[in-house]
Amino acid sequence: MRTLPRRFVPRSLLLRNLLGVLAGLVVVVLVLETTSPFRNSQLATMSYYAIAAAGLTVLTGLNGQISLGHGALMAVGAYTTALLLEGDAVPFSLAMLVAAAVTALVGILVGAAASRLHGPYLAGATLALAVGVPGLAIYFDGLLGGEQGLSVRSPRPPDWFADAHYFVTAGDLSSAKYLAYIGWLTLLLVILLLANLMASRFGRVWRAVRDDEVAAELAGLRLGRLRVLAFVVSAACAGLAGAVLAMVVRLAAPSGFTIVLSLSLLTAVVVGGLGSIAGALLGSALLVFLPPAVTNLGTGAGLTGVQAAQLAPLVYGVVLVVVMLLAPGGAMGLLRRFWRRGINQGGSR
Amino acid sequence: MQQFVNFTLGGLSQGAIYAAFALALVLIWRATRIINFAQGAMAMFTTYLALTLIESGLSYWAGFAAALAGGLVLGALVERVVMRPVEGGPELNAVIVTLGLFVAFQALAAILFGATFQSFPAPFGLRGFTVGEMTIAFTPFSVFVIASVVVVMLALTALFRFTDLGLRMRASAFSQEVSRLLGVRVGRMLTLGWALAAVVGSLAGLLIAGGNLVHPAYMDAVIVYGFVAAVLGGLESPGGAVAGGLIIGLALSYVSGYLGSELVTLAALAILVAVLLVRPRGLFSRVAARRV
Amino acid sequence: MTERSGALEIRGLSARYGPVTALDAVDIHANPGRITAVLGANGAGKTTLLRTISGLVRGSDGSVLLGGRDLTGAPAETIARAGIAHVPEGRGVITELTVEENLRLGALLGTARRGSAGRGRLDEVYDMFPALGDRRRREAHSLSGGERQMLVIGRALLSEPEVLLLDEPSLGLAPRVVAQLFALIRDLVDSEGLTVLLVEQNARSALSIADTGFVLNLGRVVAAAGAAELAADDDLRHAYLGF
Ligand SMILES: Nc1ncnc2c1ncn2[C@@H]1O[C@H](COP(=O)(O)OP(=O)(O)O)[C@@H](O)[C@H]1O
Ligand SMILES: [Mg+2]
Repeated sequence: MRTLPRRFVPRSLLLRNLLGVLAGLVVVVLVLETTSPFRNSQLATMSYYAIAAAGLTVLTGLNGQISLGHGALMAVGAYTTALLLEGDAVPFSLAMLVAAAVTALVGILVGAAASRLHGPYLAGATLALAVGVPGLAIYFDGLLGGEQGLSVRSPRPPDWFADAHYFVTAGDLSSAKYLAYIGWLTLLLVILLLANLMASRFGRVWRAVRDDEVAAELAGLRLGRLRVLAFVVSAACAGLAGAVLAMVVRLAAPSGFTIVLSLSLLTAVVVGGLGSIAGALLGSALLVFLPPAVTNLGTGAGLTGVQAAQLAPLVYGVVLVVVMLLAPGGAMGLLRRFWRRGINQGGSR
Repeated sequence: MQQFVNFTLGGLSQGAIYAAFALALVLIWRATRIINFAQGAMAMFTTYLALTLIESGLSYWAGFAAALAGGLVLGALVERVVMRPVEGGPELNAVIVTLGLFVAFQALAAILFGATFQSFPAPFGLRGFTVGEMTIAFTPFSVFVIASVVVVMLALTALFRFTDLGLRMRASAFSQEVSRLLGVRVGRMLTLGWALAAVVGSLAGLLIAGGNLVHPAYMDAVIVYGFVAAVLGGLESPGGAVAGGLIIGLALSYVSGYLGSELVTLAALAILVAVLLVRPRGLFSRVAARRV
Repeated sequence: MTERSGALEIRGLSARYGPVTALDAVDIHANPGRITAVLGANGAGKTTLLRTISGLVRGSDGSVLLGGRDLTGAPAETIARAGIAHVPEGRGVITELTVEENLRLGALLGTARRGSAGRGRLDEVYDMFPALGDRRRREAHSLSGGERQMLVIGRALLSEPEVLLLDEPSLGLAPRVVAQLFALIRDLVDSEGLTVLLVEQNARSALSIADTGFVLNLGRVVAAAGAAELAADDDLRHAYLGF
């Protein structure tokens, strides 16, 4: 704590993260090219969950702030994107950037209020945000389309991308695949930024604040600002996630941003292991691939489609409780534990 | 003027329900430093239990009693089985467990009772009284709402003020260690506290439902309003929770009446943030500083 | 109040906080009608000893017997009901409750233990400590340090204990109040046959009213003898007792 390094990011680590992301890119291309359009669209869905969850895990896991309002922040990003893409004047990449920026601005506001709250108070306040924000879309229905929401024209691949894609894969570029590429490229970028941020001075400082506020305060850290900063970073991710969601789902509507969305994100980061980006990815995969599986089980067991559709949230809820009671570190926490035990038994420690 | 009177009357009877719900939150918070975010979902669940019984031909009152009894059992079970291990641990863990219960109960209700809107009966008329020429927004059912909330408050006050059991429960809430040294079975007191809170929460659920439509998410907003009311009252004080509930009921009724019902939750959020930033210990406390 | 007969027997008691061993195989016995002082510097393990006896801390080894009954590992509420009243260090008052409610809690335990009517006994405490009687309906946070100490002792007596564990009752009190308090404890022990385990850093005054004493250092008993003998041992006093 006392001897903070001058450089924010050690170069070797930056390189290492960069290599990791490049490897990730190769995997993404391989997976998207070898799977069906249906899987492509599932993966596109996973990408926006993962973007939001990665942001949330930084906030909750690293800085100790809980947020039940990330669904609402995603709504901000989604509606911004929907409005910007109306009329075809704005390229989608710019729309995404603006969505992230607008959501980050909202994040400053929310974060400033949130920075003075902790635990249950923060949960209650952000819960109010999650329950309240969809009402805005209905209140301003002239602009935001009320209950029906705004439909979004999802972007067409530009020629150079389609050509490059054909050159590399010799296959067609379906719309689902293109959207999945957009989502995953965004996700990889977000991961690269967050991984470096976590390893930087800020990451260490955030952890210090989470672990011992008094000590951090005594060390001269500005707790309030650090908390707001964490919230802003996290909000920007949620905004990007909302932008991807809007394009993938082709719709921004209040029903897409209920409290259940916020709680699903929380499930993802808790199951994966708070504070771990790999855990956030794992949790997001769960959010995408678990529902069809349990829904099938449910209909197989004689439930109606509507009932079976509720099995997924039921599992989320039960999993949240069980993880907290039995393995509060989540999946990554368990892995780490086994890993360490393995090393210890190997005698190299 | 008539409008204002009606908004006020409507606000008061809604406020009475929020007061009950806030009171339930405060009971648990005082004893275990946990906000039970699942309380709305639990109340929704027991209200569906009542609806199922009523639809199977039993009387409203049988359903009413069953919901309260169901709340008692559910509250005790939840405390014993899932909350006990996280009590006294990191506060984030307890928050997450209650949120998990929230999602799970809501989904379970949709599976068991259906995810559609269903109408819930009211035991008393829903047509406003007429005063002179005009019909006011105060119905026989409103009278029942306020009366039952008042009865519950009085019963709880009597329990805590005048009985040995109530004294043991309060002692356990304020200082578990000292209470144990005085032979108080603190674990039982906490279970009982959660059970009683769930009964009060269930009552709030039944009263919100009366004469309205229910669906698995119908209590979501009430959690927010109850939480805001409890924070307004300082989170520690049952009396504060009741006052907070009435204030929130009135404020939201005016917002809904004059500005639009879509803004009600956001108004609650605005009130919450304002209170937490300006008077973190609630409106009624004399000391201003506390970590929130 | 009724005749008591509980000897407290502590055998090989150990306790640790994570890697820190706070009690290391401690043997102590305390007899009815006697004040047994437990002395030692700050951090010696005195508070841990009392907390382990009363079940607030789980010991890692050894046993606690009250009048021959094994209470090792029992939950704190069971131990309290068995007749061990622990007056904890500093903050034993439930400040949110009124003076009378604090006392009623003690009386409730007394009634549970002996079946006697608890109410009348509150008056005995008010007779003993008139200051409490004047404030019976006030919340206990309005009391001074000395009044709080009276309150917790009165409350402990109402629970009809066999054994009274007192953790630094003199802490923060004016010397005159300490003298009054100690005289009162001595009277109670002589008249009612209580077993008292008195933990003190203030060794000189503790030894002046105690019958026997044990000296703890780093979690171990380093000396055990009659009070007068301990007070007379210059080396011991200089090494561990600081007077
Ligand atoms: N809750 C605790 N956690 C960790 N260590 C503790 C705790 N309480 C006491 N200790 C340690 O145990 C030892 C004995 O402490 P204590 O019983 O309070 O001594 P005393 O009452 O004689 O001052 C000390 O080293 C102290 O630091
Ligand atoms: Mg001590």
